[in-house]
Amino acid sequence: MDDIFELGGKAFASRFILGSGKFSLPLVQAVTEQGGAQMITLALRRANAGGQENILDFIPPDVTIIPNTSGARDAEEAVRIARLARALGCGDFVKVEIMRDTRYLLPENAETIHATEILATEGFAVLPYVYPDLAVARALKAAGAAAVMPLGAPIGSNKGLLTREFIEILVREIDLPILVDAGIGRPSHACEAMELGCAAVMCNTAVATAGDPAVMARAFKLAIEAGRAAYLARPGRVLEHGAEASSPLTGFLDE
Amino acid sequence: MSSFDYLPGMQEIDSDSLPRVQALLREFSPETCTEENVRAALACSAPSIADFAALLSPAALPLLEEIAQAAQAQTRRWHGNSVGLYTPLYIANYCENHCSYCGFSCHQDITRTKLSMEDLRRRAEEIAATGLQEILLLTGESRSESSVDYIAQAIALLHNYFPAIGIEIYPLNCDEYATLQQAGADYVSVYQETYDPVLYDKVHVQGPKRCYPYRFYAQERALLGGMRGVSFGALLGLGDWRRDIFAAGLHAYFTQRKHPQAEIAFSLPRMRPHSRVSERELTQAMLALRLLMPQAGIAISTRERPALRDAAVRLAATKMSAGVRTSVSEQDDPQFTIADSRSVSEIHDMLKNNGLQPVYLDYV
Repeated sequence: MDDIFELGGKAFASRFILGSGKFSLPLVQAVTEQGGAQMITLALRRANAGGQENILDFIPPDVTIIPNTSGARDAEEAVRIARLARALGCGDFVKVEIMRDTRYLLPENAETIHATEILATEGFAVLPYVYPDLAVARALKAAGAAAVMPLGAPIGSNKGLLTREFIEILVREIDLPILVDAGIGRPSHACEAMELGCAAVMCNTAVATAGDPAVMARAFKLAIEAGRAAYLARPGRVLEHGAEASSPLTGFLDE
Repeated sequence: MSSFDYLPGMQEIDSDSLPRVQALLREFSPETCTEENVRAALACSAPSIADFAALLSPAALPLLEEIAQAAQAQTRRWHGNSVGLYTPLYIANYCENHCSYCGFSCHQDITRTKLSMEDLRRRAEEIAATGLQEILLLTGESRSESSVDYIAQAIALLHNYFPAIGIEIYPLNCDEYATLQQAGADYVSVYQETYDPVLYDKVHVQGPKRCYPYRFYAQERALLGGMRGVSFGALLGLGDWRRDIFAAGLHAYFTQRKHPQAEIAFSLPRMRPHSRVSERELTQAMLALRLLMPQAGIAISTRERPALRDAAVRLAATKMSAGVRTSVSEQDDPQFTIADSRSVSEIHDMLKNNGLQPVYLDYV
């Protein structure tokens, strides 16, 4: 069965979005290949187009680049960075990241909605990085976002799906792909997110800081595929209190 | 004049960071910290101010290897293996301050000069040819010779060559920082030299730098003026380094709490060539700051020998200068002597050989 992931008008076979920060650039290619990633995010502030150590030179050509607005402190700055990325030839995708907190790097939801509105109008496929908040996700949908990227835990923390309950609500209620971003520290976390029905998982630190990043990328690929297959297979119910007879309440009807 | 008096024209802002830092500094007694305190600091995920004190204490020295491992893990988590490269660019060395420890001090018999815009263009071209994209512009502290207008003009010119520009100049008022930010600067470094008010008063003999609180609040004024990042530090060896690093850490900590969007950085210059602060102690200071503020940038000075700088970027430092000159021109006297004269390409290769990623630009 073909299980194609559509995002921003493009079709992808892989549901693993790789972050490119924190790597030694020569590793980026091996990690992308081993992870089978077809999308890679890129902090435009680090791109150094035309200069030394330009990350764009290290990304395999068939991989879709998703520039992010890292460094933006409000909607205006995010919009400026997104336009710059497009002008540099990075395409129409943009991951909107707006932070006014350098200690925890937590997203600024209100500004993110505002930037999403502007960028969606300009034809960008906007992937906003936010807290998993239902009202915010609805506003993003109305603003024209191509997906919603809720955080699983603080960026770089490798703590996993601390916001699991709220991400599940988004998966149920929002008619957009939900891509979990930030906090995914282990392949098992990525697998869990996919089992919940998330459309894709993005991860960076967990791979970049692994002892062997390429092997870890492959582990994530397998975990994401396993979680996706489990979701499509529709898992059986989880029983809260021990075993259960097959029809304990309505059995009398057959007596 | 007391070193707590503002001079005419110096802007006062509404902030309580200074009394908070001073109160904590008075209670700081590193000699009473125990190994248990240090182990507790290492065990927690977010060190408190008391934990920071323990990490700076003499009791932490025997545990330096464990502290280094914890600090390195935080560095990798927050900064990956990136190390930013930049170079200082001295555009003038006039100074109105008499500071008893400084090579640029107004009573030092050195050649005073400043670059014309044409000189500056040539220097910018030379530096840009090395591939660097970030510079730190420095002047001596002279409002009359290196006016805000002159500095703004220099920044505007340099912005054609370097997307990222930091400044290390005399402290300004908010509107003046705003002027320089609009000209193209985005980062401000101001070092308090020492946080000990008595010593501060003693070594800053003459000039506007005597005003301790005006210097102390420079970072906050810079942020209010729209600057993106600010750097903190003390001249290690001038006073008691443990007290000065404790205060510098808290200064940054309280500034960031008030201005959560601020990008925070530290620099830890040691007085050279003969230092009262050992390399082991310098390393301890750097690691303690890393654990207190894992997100902060840490720069490692060319005052230090190559082996120490290379070790610093493996542990905690995230920024290093390369191809450094600490004078305005080749003929002038340097502000201080450097111990690491490696070129940009030599530093680049060293980083790569250590599995680290040289970063030339981190700004849009």
